[in-house]
Amino acid sequence: MDKAAAAESLTNTLAKFTAYIGKRLPTDVKVKQAELRKKETNPMAIEIFDVMAENQEAADKLDRPSCQDTGVIQYFIQAGSGFPLLGELESILEGATLGATEIGPLRHNAVESFEEKNTGTNTGSKIPWLDWEIIPGEDYAIVDVYMAGGGCTLPGASTVLMPGQGYEGVAEFVLDVMTSRGLNACPPLLVGVGVSTSAETAARLSKKAILKPVTARNQNEKAAKLEDLLTDGINELGIGPQGLTGDNTVMGVNIESSARHPSTIGVAISTGCWAHRRGQIKINADMSYEILSHEDVKL
Amino acid sequence: MKKVLKTPISAEDLAELKVGDVVYLDGTLVTCRDVAHRRLIELKQDLPVDLEGGAIFHAGPIVREKDDGSFEMVSIGPTTSMRMEKFEREFIKQTGVRLIIGKGGMGPETAAGCQESKAVHAVFPGGCAVVAATKVEAIEGAEWQDLGMPETLWINRVKGFGPLIISIDSHGNNLFEINKKNYNDRKKSVLEKISQEVKFIK
Repeated sequence: MDKAAAAESLTNTLAKFTAYIGKRLPTDVKVKQAELRKKETNPMAIEIFDVMAENQEAADKLDRPSCQDTGVIQYFIQAGSGFPLLGELESILEGATLGATEIGPLRHNAVESFEEKNTGTNTGSKIPWLDWEIIPGEDYAIVDVYMAGGGCTLPGASTVLMPGQGYEGVAEFVLDVMTSRGLNACPPLLVGVGVSTSAETAARLSKKAILKPVTARNQNEKAAKLEDLLTDGINELGIGPQGLTGDNTVMGVNIESSARHPSTIGVAISTGCWAHRRGQIKINADMSYEILSHEDVKL
Repeated sequence: MKKVLKTPISAEDLAELKVGDVVYLDGTLVTCRDVAHRRLIELKQDLPVDLEGGAIFHAGPIVREKDDGSFEMVSIGPTTSMRMEKFEREFIKQTGVRLIIGKGGMGPETAAGCQESKAVHAVFPGGCAVVAATKVEAIEGAEWQDLGMPETLWINRVKGFGPLIISIDSHGNNLFEINKKNYNDRKKSVLEKISQEVKFIK
C-alpha cells in the first residue's frame, strides 16, 4: 500500500471506530454496570439501571448513538516513533471525525470560541483534541477515542493545594465535586483523579485516569488505598444513579500521579458518565488493527 | 397505572403531583436550552413557539434531515438542567410552560418559579437517548435553526414519553435539594474517616 492509500484506509477505519464507540459501551463498563445493577437495593435506582440497560440494547439494535451528546471528539495517541503515518496522523484523525459525524450521525458539538458559531462538522480550532505520547522504537500506534460530553465534562476541576492540606485535601476536593456538580453528571461515574505538581499536569493525568479500565488499580499501594477509600466513601454518600439516591454512585475511582514540587500538590478531577464512551484501538505498521476496548466488533 | 400528562397541561393537572412521583407525557414537547433561554430573558426576543400549558425539554438532540426536507429524531436525551437555573423562574413566568424536563436537579429560583406559576420540573434518565427517541412520533417543526443542531427548538409530538421523575413539584418542594442536604451531611463523616487513613506526608 502506498502512503496515500494507507492514510485513506486508516481514516476510514478510525471514522467507523469513532462512530461505533458512540453506540456501544466498552466491555469493562458494560460488565461493571451489570454488576452494580445486581448489587443495587434502592427501588428508584433499580428502575433507572433498567432504563439504562434498555437504552443500550435499543442503541445497539437500531444502530444509533446511545446518548445524544456525542461530545467533543478527543484522541489520546501513543504512537511508536517508527509508526509509518506519524506525520499524517493529525489530518487522518480530523478526517476520521468528519467521517464519524456522517456515519453516526454525531451531534454537532464544536462551537468556535468568541465567534460563537457551531461549525456543524465537529471539527474546529484544535478540535478534535489530540494528546500525544511517543513510544520510542516501536512501529505501531494505540489510539484512545473519547467522546467528551457536556454533562460529564462540567464537573471537571483542578486546583493546587498547599502541602499542609495533604492527601486529606485531595479527598475533600474530590468529595466536594461529587456532592455539587458530580451528581448531575449522570452517575454512576468513573472518577479520574490526577495528583501532580500543577493545575494543568494534574488535569491531564485526571483525564488519562478515566481512559484506564474501570477495574484498574494503581500500582502504588498508597494510591490504590486512596482509590478504594474514595470509591467506598463516595458510594456511602448515597447519591446513586442520576443523583436520585442509591447504593452505587461510582463505577470506580482511578488515580494517576507524577512527582511534584515540594511546595505544591496539584489535584484535578475528571468524570466519565455511566455512558462512558471511550474506545481503544491498536494500529499496526501494515494498517491492520486490533480493537482492545470492545469485544466482537465488526467495523 | 401509569400517570400520563397531556398537553396543554393545567395547574390542576399538577396539583396532586409530588416529588418522586413518576409520570409520562403525551402531546407536544419542545427542546429548549441555553441560548433559547438567554434570547427570551436577556435579549428579550419573542420565542417562536407558544409554550402556554406546554412542555419543554432541556435537550440537544441528534436529528437527521431526510431527502424530502423532513426531520428524523435519531437520539434525544436530557442535558444538565442546572445550566438553565439562572433563567428558568422568569422563563416559566413569561411563557406559562407547565412541565420542564431535564437531567439532574435545579435550584431554589426554579423551585420558587414552579410554586408561583404552577409548574413542575422532572428528570428523564440521562444518557437514555434512544429510549427517548423511540417515544417521539414526529418532529413537527424546527425554530431558530440558526443556533445549530443542539440549540434549535425542535417541536416534537411524543407518546408515552418517560419515565419522568418529578424533582420539583408545583408546591415548590425540591427533591435534589432535600437529597443534597443528606449527601452533604454524610460527607463530613466520610471525609473524617478517609483523612485518618491518608496521612502519607510525615
